[in-house]
Amino acid sequence: MRNSPLKSSRFLSYLGHHVRVSLASLGRLYTQPIATIMTAAVISIALALPVGLYIALANIGQVSTDWDTSTQISLFLHTHVKQRDAQKLMRRLEKHKDIKKVMMIDKEDGLKQFKETSGFGDALKYLDENPLPIVLVVHPRIHADQPNRITKLVKDLGKNKYVEIAQLDVQWVKRLYTFLEIAKRSILVISSMLAIAVLLVVGNTIRLDIQNRREEIEVSKLIGASDAFIRRPFLYTGFWYGVIGGIMAWMITIISLILMEEPIHNLAVLYHSDFRLSGLGFKNTLLLIFISCSLGLIGSWLAVSRHLKDIEPS
Amino acid sequence: MIHFDNISKRYPGGHDALSQISLRLEKGQMAFLTGHSGAGKSTLLKLIAMIERPTRGQIFLDGVNLNNIGNRKIPYIRRNIGIIFQNHHLLYDRPVFDNVAMPLIIQGYRRQEIHKRVRAALNQVGLLSKEKVYPITLSGGEQQRVGIARAIVHKPLLLLADEPTGNLDPELSREIMQLFSRFNQVGTTVLIASHNIELIKEMGTPMISLQDGRVSHNGLPFNANRARGL
Repeated sequence: MRNSPLKSSRFLSYLGHHVRVSLASLGRLYTQPIATIMTAAVISIALALPVGLYIALANIGQVSTDWDTSTQISLFLHTHVKQRDAQKLMRRLEKHKDIKKVMMIDKEDGLKQFKETSGFGDALKYLDENPLPIVLVVHPRIHADQPNRITKLVKDLGKNKYVEIAQLDVQWVKRLYTFLEIAKRSILVISSMLAIAVLLVVGNTIRLDIQNRREEIEVSKLIGASDAFIRRPFLYTGFWYGVIGGIMAWMITIISLILMEEPIHNLAVLYHSDFRLSGLGFKNTLLLIFISCSLGLIGSWLAVSRHLKDIEPS
Repeated sequence: MIHFDNISKRYPGGHDALSQISLRLEKGQMAFLTGHSGAGKSTLLKLIAMIERPTRGQIFLDGVNLNNIGNRKIPYIRRNIGIIFQNHHLLYDRPVFDNVAMPLIIQGYRRQEIHKRVRAALNQVGLLSKEKVYPITLSGGEQQRVGIARAIVHKPLLLLADEPTGNLDPELSREIMQLFSRFNQVGTTVLIASHNIELIKEMGTPMISLQDGRVSHNGLPFNANRARGL
């Protein structure tokens, strides 16, 4: 071009232009604080909701991991099995790759526990001998989210000739993980819908912005502004909406967590648990802001690509 | 500089704004475009600025056939043109300096260069002292001069003006026209649409008259009556 500045200085000036446009877009938002906050608030609420659900789910997952340590298989041996044979079996089981630990409750211990906990202790006085079997308590090495492997282990253990019954209530584990899976899917669906809502909110705000700056767009086109040049401030506006909305969503999450922390701690104390509510974490916070910015950018892109074409000088 | 080859423009609805216009404006020339309202003056300027496209015929701008320019390339054509409007088309949300700087910002000039050129342009139209002022506080003539400064700040090859003195009194109009003459003297091609025949005669510049979308006179304004299309 005849009137173009030198190429080397062009790149720097292009970068500088981007910085100035992005700051100008931010400044424009700052001059209309109420409108900006309102739009950002809608975005932040739409984002905070799935984030809250995600945190709840992550915490439930964590609680259930704690429960895994108490997953155990009880092997009720035949009553005729001698203590010595039971110990041999115990040592053999401890070498099994899927078993972490085996504990033995012998006949005497069993009787003592039964007397203490059942309330039928007196009834035992009328029996000639101890009717309780030796019980081996097996702690598997398998995580509870693999209920099928646990079921198989229980089956294998049940085939042992000393074992009368091998028992594990895996049903609740299965149910819990099925429930968590449903919850995960629901959050995915809800998040997708809310993401579309964010796109629409940003898109509509940018559309109004474009209408308000009609004159400026027309003049810019008349003096030779490229489409990219005209698009840029609106894209930056959408980006900033995303940034502000993301940060507000993060703040809403933090405040909610603080409000929830004490009652949940109290509940945990009642269950003799040292459970602590875990928050979003640094990586997920960055992810939240990133998603928020992307939604802002895409929303404004949709509005800009639809509405800028309509404005032509006449 | 500008070459119209058998140009016709029909607007949707069937109105023929221009019919088979052929004319030439050489590089460095200055000319007026006259005719009663509705004669096609604005349409002719719009075709040059690619705001409208011709229905038939070819327009060459500095040797480039505008029919071969896609919509995406239009901005780069317009960067060689400075356009001045009757109603200024200034942006009232920013001071004079920012208004004038717009073409330079669009073309990616550096800061120091922008400052230098905007000052020079404002100096040429005599408004250097008003650079920080908002256009709304300026008089009509001053606003028009800001518009002119914006049109010339990037040193375009061609200056188009659509009724630039339409709202101004004779004294101010004369000043504005002399300003255009001065740009023409340093090599800019100038085409001004105006119905101010007295002033045109006074300036003695060539004149193209349009009547019902056709050229009715092309040359020096020796006959004011014919130029008016009467």
